[in-house]
Amino acid sequence: MSEPRYSVGIDLGTTHCVLSYVDLETSDRDEVARHDFGIPQLTAPGAVEMRLALPSFLYIAHPDELTPGDRSLPWDPEPRFVVGELARNLGAGTPIRLVSSAKSWLCHPAVDRRASVLPVEAPEEIERLSPLLATTRYLVHLRDAWNHRFPQSPLAEQAVTLTVPASFDPAARELTAEAAAAAGLHGLILLEEPQAALYSWILASAGAWRKQVDVGDMILVVDLGGGTADLSLIAVTERDGSLELTRVAVGDHILLGGDNMDLALAHVVRSKLAAEGKPLDSWQLQALTHGCRAAKETLLTDPDAESVPVVVPSRGSRLIGGTLRTELTREEVVNTLIEGFFPLVESSARPAVRARTALTKLGLPYAQDAAVTRHLAAFLARQLGAAADLPGFETAEGASFLHPSAVLFNGGVFKAGSLAERTLQALNAWLEAEKAPVARLLAGADLDLAVARGAAYYGYVRRGQGVRIRGGTAKSYYVGIESAMPAVPGMEPPIEAMCIAPFGMEEGTEAELPAQEVGLVVGEPVRFRFFGSSVRREDRVGMVLEQWAQGELEELEEIEADLPAQDRSPGEVVPVRLQAVVTEVGTLRLDAVSRSGDERWKAELNVRGGG
Amino acid sequence: MSDQELSFFSRLMLAFAAFWRAVTDPDFAAGVDHLLRGEPSAPRAEPAPPAPGPPPLRETNTDSALQLLGLFQQEGRLVDFLKEDVGAYSDADIGGAARVVHEGCRKTLIEHLHIVPVRSEDEGIRITLEEGFDASETRLTGNVVGKPPFSGTLMHRGWRVSGVNLPKLAEGHEVRVLAPAEVEL
Repeated sequence: MSEPRYSVGIDLGTTHCVLSYVDLETSDRDEVARHDFGIPQLTAPGAVEMRLALPSFLYIAHPDELTPGDRSLPWDPEPRFVVGELARNLGAGTPIRLVSSAKSWLCHPAVDRRASVLPVEAPEEIERLSPLLATTRYLVHLRDAWNHRFPQSPLAEQAVTLTVPASFDPAARELTAEAAAAAGLHGLILLEEPQAALYSWILASAGAWRKQVDVGDMILVVDLGGGTADLSLIAVTERDGSLELTRVAVGDHILLGGDNMDLALAHVVRSKLAAEGKPLDSWQLQALTHGCRAAKETLLTDPDAESVPVVVPSRGSRLIGGTLRTELTREEVVNTLIEGFFPLVESSARPAVRARTALTKLGLPYAQDAAVTRHLAAFLARQLGAAADLPGFETAEGASFLHPSAVLFNGGVFKAGSLAERTLQALNAWLEAEKAPVARLLAGADLDLAVARGAAYYGYVRRGQGVRIRGGTAKSYYVGIESAMPAVPGMEPPIEAMCIAPFGMEEGTEAELPAQEVGLVVGEPVRFRFFGSSVRREDRVGMVLEQWAQGELEELEEIEADLPAQDRSPGEVVPVRLQAVVTEVGTLRLDAVSRSGDERWKAELNVRGGG
Repeated sequence: MSDQELSFFSRLMLAFAAFWRAVTDPDFAAGVDHLLRGEPSAPRAEPAPPAPGPPPLRETNTDSALQLLGLFQQEGRLVDFLKEDVGAYSDADIGGAARVVHEGCRKTLIEHLHIVPVRSEDEGIRITLEEGFDASETRLTGNVVGKPPFSGTLMHRGWRVSGVNLPKLAEGHEVRVLAPAEVEL
């Protein structure tokens, strides 16, 4: 493969995809030639326009719904699916044919991510797609758009960085890399979104970032996108006299984002209209949600606005008679958004967990507690000791949570400036209560485009220009081993967890081989329970935990190893050791290594769900 | 016209005919005048001097006009609004609908046309137009006499499109359908 001309960053978001690139030939040190890429897409039947964001929606059109020309793209006269703006618009009227939030499904442990399950609500006759395939289609659209614009530099030959939430588990990362490979992008690198946001901030500062942070700073990145909340902690350290960044912790996967907020407001307004005897259908609710988003941003950025009119256009051609007009007031926004999603709670507050009812409809595991501040409090408390082993980051005496000294906000939600202020206010109240200095705001990143820009910049940084964020894996990983004890009827044998990958494994490294062996049965799949921990930083490979505190270990997808029979007899038990490898791409791979060490089989993370 | 000599009678008839035509047809009279002054046979009215008729008008491409109207309808419901009889509704109802139209059409306008004022000065102040100003972007009204430079009050700043960015259309796309009929199944 020839030397890439561009470093391309792709933000594969829950609600939008964005692509940015850096021209490697014309960039030098802090002079970075970075560009945003306008993505041609259908915006109406038969009309193609360039937009900076590609809405992550896919529409499975009925054969009679659109004429062949209505779907055509500059590079494909008749694509099978509609992707982007038009998909979202058509889906507003026909939700049963719309695939949305594929990314959230990709990390949903209870479904088979390779099975055709989307759209969930689709009736029998509609073709369904797997979350993996839907993700692939978005990447294919981006790839084709790029290749159409740069036929001399096909995307597959560029240095591509694809972002994933920091909270994505190994299986979801693996699936993302698999989707990229299916789109022909084999040599790509995965990067965590909050890190990308910080890279973008560094890039935007044009070298001045070294003056804005100092050794000993702990940067909290709060990334609140359309569908997910993603938290990371990045420490500013020093090595050989120059500043270095180390990502020390990432938060849990929380399905809570801007879409939830707009929908919450729309429901407030809907009940107000219903009280006036004006019920809304689902089409109108969609229009109302859209109107509420704009009204929210006005109310939260203009301190003088007390109320903003919200209109729901009639669906028929009689616009004047049928349009509903109402208002969204400051009080409603404050009560619903600020108090509902950003309440000022104590640092000891924790997200509420409701017991799920037995009969849950197949759906996404949305966060049960909508309060971002409570999730933040829980994260900081859990990561109290995250930086304890870094020089200059000793845990403060009597601290009950980790004290950040600077905050970087990212994601469209924070376009409403007062939501960022409110989050900072809550955090600073916690800090003041523990007599710690307040955290300051790191400003200057573009909230919608930062992740893609940062990812493009990262591809440049990786080639030896500028500062890199170190970190490695944000979890240690364990396999479950049944402890040997006499069988007791009706009681499952207790399980022990053996560490196979320590915390902070860097890309392109292998963990050592644990001493303990496990038995694989030739010719039939063997499954192991698999665990991750974001707090047990000290565990070394081979350590066996007999018990652990509540919440210390989190169960992940099972591992499945399938030993081909080859020259062994089926049913034979072969002792192997499990070795963890973090690939250059940034995914976790598990290998089963034979006793002699000369045979190696890939153990798969089971993404078929059913957990 | 032949060069052979005319008879007396013929000349007499010609004189009468010429007399009459000179009285009734100013163009003919001008031609006779040229002849009498002994000037070279003047530009004869044949072939008729191309009368400075109206220059041929351009046919505009209706596709992009319809496309833009379709965009205004799609985003801002402009056609729906203009097709309705506003007389039957209260100002509050019209106001509600006008917000839909304004918000959507404004978005379309910003997205697809880059519009800048022709004059950057504030309206109401006096400005001077130097000789050679472009009459197509500045219209003079009121006491229009004399020669440039003209001095006057800027009544309207004017608008000029500095960039058009319309969506590309698929071959054979029917732009005459401003909004398709919707049928919910």
